[in-house]
Amino acid sequence: MTEIRAEIPYAQEADAQFSDYVALLKPRVMSLVVFTALVGLLVAPGSLHPIEGLAAIIFIALGAGASGALNMWWDADIDRVMRRTARRPIPAGRVAPQEAMALGLALSGFAVIMLWLATNALAAGLLAFTIFFYAVIYSMWLKRATPQNIVIGGAAGAFPPMIGWAAMTGSISLEACLMFGLIFMWTPPHFWALALFMKSDYHNANVPMLTVTHGRRATRAHILVYTAALMPVALVAGVTSIGGPVYLALALGLNLMFLYGAGTIWRRDEAQAEADGYATEKRVFRFSLSYLFLHFGAFLAEASLSWWPAYADFATRFKLLEVF
Amino acid sequence: MAIAREHDLHKRRSSRNLGLAAVLVAFIVLIFGLTIAKVQGGAALQAFDHSYRPSLDPDHVRFQHR
Repeated sequence: MTEIRAEIPYAQEADAQFSDYVALLKPRVMSLVVFTALVGLLVAPGSLHPIEGLAAIIFIALGAGASGALNMWWDADIDRVMRRTARRPIPAGRVAPQEAMALGLALSGFAVIMLWLATNALAAGLLAFTIFFYAVIYSMWLKRATPQNIVIGGAAGAFPPMIGWAAMTGSISLEACLMFGLIFMWTPPHFWALALFMKSDYHNANVPMLTVTHGRRATRAHILVYTAALMPVALVAGVTSIGGPVYLALALGLNLMFLYGAGTIWRRDEAQAEADGYATEKRVFRFSLSYLFLHFGAFLAEASLSWWPAYADFATRFKLLEVF
Repeated sequence: MAIAREHDLHKRRSSRNLGLAAVLVAFIVLIFGLTIAKVQGGAALQAFDHSYRPSLDPDHVRFQHR
């Protein structure tokens, strides 16, 4: 593991500000974690005091932030090379790598213990596993070892709604697994679309992204296959207790649009993409963000609409896989 | 004369110190709220303290009343 990571001497360029420590926690990733974990918690059956729910979300977000800090500590050498990440606090010389590691480890332990105290051991155990998975399995091992790094590593980002569900119910169910599956299957096409137009970054950093190891033609084919495989996961979630007619209608439309975008990416060659500055790839990448947001928004809409008895009666007809 | 001389370092680190203070205050508020929520929710206010207390054991109480 360690031999492939280049040790680069660190020189402090400036004093770290509070915002640098916040940046170490990857706030943009954290916002996605907060949203999906909140949906997982709100659509789960059962009840939790609002303050316990708020605490659960804060500690899940803190755990995700801790794994982000550990990732930045470990990946400081490649962050320095990539244009997209060169301004992060460690490569920019504002935070020492050891400081980021200490912050990551301390926050990890703190977030897991506090989530346990606020909710239950299962949620805390899942959070601990997520941090371990992202920091050790993905960052230290898979990211530099295999072009499937994004596929397996995507699991780390898929856990938050399951942790939210576990915080509320103390258990894991089919619905929690489907929310996990939705993010897990969405991650590869989302990141490979990014890799297509950020090509030089990963190549310069020697990160074995699919675009670098198998070429861009194969990456385009992979995006199409994974987008097609994502569709059944998204639709099956619609016939469980967290789904319903609103979700199903939206999911059907969004998946057809994503599939159409992936198909367009697959049909294009490099000359066409270069000619229009990767317009289609960038459009599909941006769409994929809305895709995930709208799916989880629809879960939330179904949970809210179920308070309306007439709608709840109607929606029951769609919930073929209701297990509780 | 001021007791402590204001150094440039204090200015450079002020955002860090203020940020940390805000985080600590938020944490105290959250823990206080969580405590109130747990107590209101009926969480156990007593527990075993080094020695076994039959009065806190539901199984023991049920056995005695059988």
